[in-house]
Amino acid sequence: MVPNREPVTGRRVQFMISCLCDAFFDDAARAAMDCLERAGCAVTCPSDQTCCGQPAYTSGDWDAYRQVVRHVAHVFHGDEPIVVASGSCATAMFHEAPIAFEGQADLPEIRRLASRTWELTDFLVNGLGVRAWSGRLPARIAVHDGCHTRGTPTIRAVRALLGGIDGLEVLAFPDQDQCCGFGGVFSISHPHISAAMGRQKVDNVRSVSPDFVVSADLSCLMHQQGIAGRQNREYPVRYVAQVLRDAAGGPA
Amino acid sequence: MSRQALDAFAAGIESEVLEAIEIGARSGVDKRLATLTEDYADADALRRLAGQVRQHTLDHLDEYLASAEERLTSHGAQVHFAASPDRALEMILDIVRASGTRVITKSKSMASEELDLTRRLTEEGFEPVETDLGEFVVQLDGDRPSHIVKPIIHKNRRDVARSFERCGLGDYDDDPETITRRARAYMRDKFLDARVTMTGANFISAESGRVAVVTNEGNARFGLAAADVHIVLAGIDKVIPRDRDLALLLSLLIRSATGQRITSYVELVAGPRLADRPSGPREMHVIFLDANRSSVVGSDMAPILRCIRCGACMNACPVYRLSSGHAYRGVYPGPMGAVLGPLLAGNEGFAAVADLARASTFCGACRDVCPVDIPIPDLLARLRARSVREGVILARAGVPSMAGYLLLARHPRLWRLAMGLGRVLDWLPLRRLPLASIRAWFDSRTLPRWRGAQFRKDVKRGRREQEDG
Ligand code: SF4
Repeated sequence: MVPNREPVTGRRVQFMISCLCDAFFDDAARAAMDCLERAGCAVTCPSDQTCCGQPAYTSGDWDAYRQVVRHVAHVFHGDEPIVVASGSCATAMFHEAPIAFEGQADLPEIRRLASRTWELTDFLVNGLGVRAWSGRLPARIAVHDGCHTRGTPTIRAVRALLGGIDGLEVLAFPDQDQCCGFGGVFSISHPHISAAMGRQKVDNVRSVSPDFVVSADLSCLMHQQGIAGRQNREYPVRYVAQVLRDAAGGPA
Repeated sequence: MSRQALDAFAAGIESEVLEAIEIGARSGVDKRLATLTEDYADADALRRLAGQVRQHTLDHLDEYLASAEERLTSHGAQVHFAASPDRALEMILDIVRASGTRVITKSKSMASEELDLTRRLTEEGFEPVETDLGEFVVQLDGDRPSHIVKPIIHKNRRDVARSFERCGLGDYDDDPETITRRARAYMRDKFLDARVTMTGANFISAESGRVAVVTNEGNARFGLAAADVHIVLAGIDKVIPRDRDLALLLSLLIRSATGQRITSYVELVAGPRLADRPSGPREMHVIFLDANRSSVVGSDMAPILRCIRCGACMNACPVYRLSSGHAYRGVYPGPMGAVLGPLLAGNEGFAAVADLARASTFCGACRDVCPVDIPIPDLLARLRARSVREGVILARAGVPSMAGYLLLARHPRLWRLAMGLGRVLDWLPLRRLPLASIRAWFDSRTLPRWRGAQFRKDVKRGRREQEDG
């Protein structure tokens, strides 16, 4: 799933906000920047960035998708790693973009873009070599792995980082690796199945009563929280970087 | 239409059916995982290897098919190539007519479903008998299989007992043993009457021509023991290079399909009865079915033809489990069916089933369990792109246009403006908007409070402070 990457040498990175952080989860983006800075990075955040294009990819409108990806490539020019505050957007950029550019003249450029793109925790652990994260946060949490990070280093990276935090207890819950049914455009084209899957997920997570649900993917969390919200049920969520920041530690 | 046909179908399914599917699929998932992890230190490496073997075969399919044909012919079998399901049906009718039989026994074969074979043979005045218990129930009910390994996964044993009662196979009794005994008693006579027996093929070795058929009920073996003529119907994709590849592929197929280490019966048939091969039918026909497969072989969709029909992807698929195999409206359900169905439909049939490629969240559960490492989500994505490119209307149902999004995503100023204006979403009565798909979304979900561009403001302020300082 992950392209071959050059070892990270410098400490300069470009930060991709992701559209959901842009629109709803500003604190998550702030936390992501904060983690990068604690790990010693000099972070720039190009102001002309918009979205990774994923909705167009999943909808099948690849003409539109390629136009958005070209915009991304243009805005994030240079050689520095691009760190994304979303596992799903990162996978879209490093795995899916090259698929949709097969046969296009600028495929090599898109491949370079792909090989510079990292999900935040993957970058901290495998890019910068952070083994664990220190700090303390007494809480019982459930960790949701976004399906788009299946087969990517993010799944382990999240656990490696959270594993170093004092007082944090990660709870196992039933059908942990089943999809929560969001799927972007899928949630609109298949509203019944999407919501049914979402309710299963919310029930399974709530069955172990965590203090909050943690994920490297805010899209899943937004969907799950939205489903629980419509049922008037509590469903506190945190983006993984918020947990790292709130533990008030840093690379251990 | 405001949503996809498959979603509407799923919304109308009875809970009893969903429960049966959930139980069947889940037991498949659990058993598969248990045997694979118990038996192999690195099952993933095996899956990748098996994927390479299958892909290699497809990349050299001409040669391997020719070799299989040559081997089979040299053993006295007759080999036929059918371009379409209809052509295959004609071939089968010719063979059964020449045999003078009325009864035809048949073991499980998904390729035969592509021909709608039992129905068509019945219409032609023959008496085909499905001898796999699940397929037998499908035949009794005039139903369709809803799973490629467990055809009646959508039924519980009470349903089966009712079917048996209705068809005169004894009073209502839902004890599984009684059901099996009754089916066996009924089939026994049919086996003895049938001069022709049909099987599919799990694999055909290009090296020896051996046809491998796995069953758990011994029905294929009984059919072969009693009949004069054996017809094998197999997709051209069933060829494998060597006999020894069976070790890898059967091991993965069976573990992935039923969680067994080996099925109760594995038939290896290399040809008809001869002086040095004194058992089995006197005549053997192997019909290779193309049905648009060859158009897929050289394309970027070729990996789907690696499929060895284990059913693991549907067991693992939450969308399949909540919608049932019948929701896929064709022979092949679930993730593999959502890819294969539209492709086998050919250019003419594509539009009618292209929407199936949307029946996925791209969660990748199918890809993770597939014993031949097929990147199913990527293939589904390519099919979606094709359906958009070809303007398939049915596939567009409930899918929002990307025009507005594209405009914003390409124009940073508009994007930033929209991030600010999005706040109106907090005040709009979203559940009462005139757009059905939006309404459906908000009927089951709330949206977090809009905080558009807050983060960007911080970044900007931070930078200014940096500059000022
Ligand atoms: S696609 Fe893979 S998992 Fe699905 S039936 Fe075929 S071989 Fe099995």
